Amino acid sequence: MSTSNLHPGLNLGDHHGEAHEGAETIVFGFWIFLMSDLVIFGLVFASYLTVANPMGMAGGPGPEDAFDLASIFAQTMILLTSSLTFGFATLAMRHERGRAAIARWLGVSLLLGLVFLSLELRDFAHMIEAGAVPQHSGYWSAFWGLVPLHGLHVAVGCLWLMVMLAQMATLGLIPVVKTRLLRLGLFWHFLDLIWVAIFSIVYLGGLMP
Amino acid sequence: MTDPDHSKEARFYLAGFGLALTLTLVPFALVHWALMEGRALAITIAVLAVAQIVVHLRFFLHIDLSRQKREDLQLILFTVLLLAIMAIGTLWIMGNLATRM
Repeated sequence: MSTSNLHPGLNLGDHHGEAHEGAETIVFGFWIFLMSDLVIFGLVFASYLTVANPMGMAGGPGPEDAFDLASIFAQTMILLTSSLTFGFATLAMRHERGRAAIARWLGVSLLLGLVFLSLELRDFAHMIEAGAVPQHSGYWSAFWGLVPLHGLHVAVGCLWLMVMLAQMATLGLIPVVKTRLLRLGLFWHFLDLIWVAIFSIVYLGGLMP
Repeated sequence: MTDPDHSKEARFYLAGFGLALTLTLVPFALVHWALMEGRALAITIAVLAVAQIVVHLRFFLHIDLSRQKREDLQLILFTVLLLAIMAIGTLWIMGNLATRM
């Protein structure tokens, strides 16, 4: 198989041999999973939008009673930075900078992911205190169906990252570990993309003057 | 550390980060300082969000318009089409029901 006309984007590069050629179908297959996940998120967004109005809030607390824009801003910055650091981990892998360099960038991304989750959980605790619980209104049911779904994805991403750090340490940088890291990278960047929609629609849309 | 490909690709990621950062800071500033309001603000936030999603696809997920064997872009566009039919259809029907109620 000729490797010269492989996809120019998120790939390993010719010098990775077997792992590079395998990446072609494996990464495309993962894109199909991501797109099915996108459909799930998109429809949860649609159901959120149908109740994001005074009728949906049923006289209960609204977004301005429960959201903290400063905390959302911090979470946005953290997730965006983690996308960049994961990109650097991918680059370290592509250019064979060694396991330590890859693990360092992955470690930073994992740490940022965990900080994001802890800030999000703190926000959720404040929302519960403000009475913004799922059983209060259709609006809050839809909110708790949407935003924690993204948080759950980030938690799974962090778990996956820990597994990959362990696999890198025990198995070394074998082809299957490299392509798994490529897929984890796609997952990680995809979650940041979903977050753009969440902060724009749910948080900025909810707190709009 | 003097690999030209590596620094070129690193700059590519940093350029994407810079663009995404700008497209994040602007809508947060607009809402925080209430610089705009109503429909104009909603449309601005939506346009900036779509722009940022395109930036993420281009710079972080490496999707571009080049001829490629892996048809990522067609897959994404087809998924977005299906999603648009389902999501816009949902909003249309539910909005219609709400006005009739």
